[in-house]
Amino acid sequence: MTIQLRNKTAIVGVGESDIGKVPHMTGLGLNAQAARRALDDAGLQVSDIDGLLTAYSFTEPYFMLGTVLCEYLGLKPGFCSAMIAGGATPAVMLGHAAAAIATGMATTVLVCTGENRATGLSRDDAVSALAAAVGHPYFELPYGPSIPGCYAMIARRYMHEYGISREQLAQVAVTTRRHASLHPNSHMKKPITIADVIDSKPIAAPLNILDCCLISDAAGAFIVTSAERARDCRRKPAYVLGVGERHTHEHILCAESLVHFGAEDSGKAAYAMAGLGPQDIDVAQLYDCFSIVPVIELEELGFCQPGEGGAFYAQGHADVGGKLPINTHGGMLSHAHAGATGGLLGIVEAVQQLRGGLGERQVEGAEVALVHNEGGVLSSHCTVIIANSPR
Amino acid sequence: MANESGYPAPVPNADSKPYWEAATREELVLKRCSSCGKHHFPPRHLCPACWSDKLEWTKSAGTGVVYTFTIMQRAPMPVFAQRVPYVVALVDLEEGPRMMANIVGDDALQTTVGERVHVCFEERAGGAKLPQFRRGTR
Repeated sequence: MTIQLRNKTAIVGVGESDIGKVPHMTGLGLNAQAARRALDDAGLQVSDIDGLLTAYSFTEPYFMLGTVLCEYLGLKPGFCSAMIAGGATPAVMLGHAAAAIATGMATTVLVCTGENRATGLSRDDAVSALAAAVGHPYFELPYGPSIPGCYAMIARRYMHEYGISREQLAQVAVTTRRHASLHPNSHMKKPITIADVIDSKPIAAPLNILDCCLISDAAGAFIVTSAERARDCRRKPAYVLGVGERHTHEHILCAESLVHFGAEDSGKAAYAMAGLGPQDIDVAQLYDCFSIVPVIELEELGFCQPGEGGAFYAQGHADVGGKLPINTHGGMLSHAHAGATGGLLGIVEAVQQLRGGLGERQVEGAEVALVHNEGGVLSSHCTVIIANSPR
Repeated sequence: MANESGYPAPVPNADSKPYWEAATREELVLKRCSSCGKHHFPPRHLCPACWSDKLEWTKSAGTGVVYTFTIMQRAPMPVFAQRVPYVVALVDLEEGPRMMANIVGDDALQTTVGERVHVCFEERAGGAKLPQFRRGTR
């Protein structure tokens, strides 16, 4: 990225829709609810929004989703698009919103995404729609893989090279569920044990159902504006310090490695723009569609050595109160996941951590937060670093 | 893409037609770049390593090594439910490219990372054949 974005923009409002099974609302309705909550949170007026970015939806039959959402919300902005980088889309949208504001293409951008994936699709339909969307239509789908199956292959290779134990992998789900239980809006709050994970329904060896993210009805939204305007907003701004992307492949058969991914490069780019390193991060929201994923991201983003991500969780370093609390809202494993929403809710949580006052799940003294989103099968990566003051 | 038995059948297109035609003859073929010498997969209009469009189809030895695999215990589509549990693997071919396939045969569930496998073919709809792999060398 050639444009220097550090300190130029800030997230000034965040919102989550109702989460879980919300059959009385459409996907667009969930987006609207999250957007309204983000706007109120920011203390802004609808007329302040002159840009909108959104992602995609599997549950609603619209093509130009950005334009459709503007229509639904009664917006007529000068900057609008629907972007698709899978789960990486929210962080990518934050980067694009920040760049648009920094270059004067927009002043205040609403970023939102969400789907009624729990009640708008059957579980079977959700699983096959995802396999069809992410699997190679000609050279993978005839073999009957699934998304969990692809991530299971990543977990298997990681186990082969580094020998992570099944218990360590399960610990990721256990820690994340504990965090979800501390958040009032989480989809799944009932505590689980390592034994629960290991004994849960087998999906694709070595992954079981409790190693897999939820399928929720959920939407999230945030509002980005210039650093100058941010100072006049209702809440304490979360300044955008760094953004980095790396896109290496889409289909798993084309990934050069299944233990080393583009997250390392996206992280390095974000750290370079922020002028910070892993040691400066107080709290991290790492993409956790499957238990193996945050383990790999921890290593790629420089928080521990290759092969040590499992021990990091097992030793409690990822807990609230640990060395680097991860997914303090419960992540996609336990808080919510619906399309691109999972990664966006990580951004929402990072902003809330920087504002403080979250009770039991608050990371004491959190000043700098990192969010990593990935899409496909660790294919598209985007890392963002935000802080509660300019740096 | 589904056939009478329901399993997805190969869908040839302009990039892949020779690949699927070779498969019906029980041959595995790969595209090789005449400029840089590299094989690639899936087949493309140009070489993803050097962007040369001087490509040729070459016959693969049909042998490789299991890079990783999973045992599918929940089917992604209803038709695969009758196969559960089945192995989905990524196989590194001797020529370099990696491909996805099922490891088939009575001992498929004993698949391990790093072991040698060899190509075989599974019939799908309309006489089309799908490259698959079996454990061991031929």
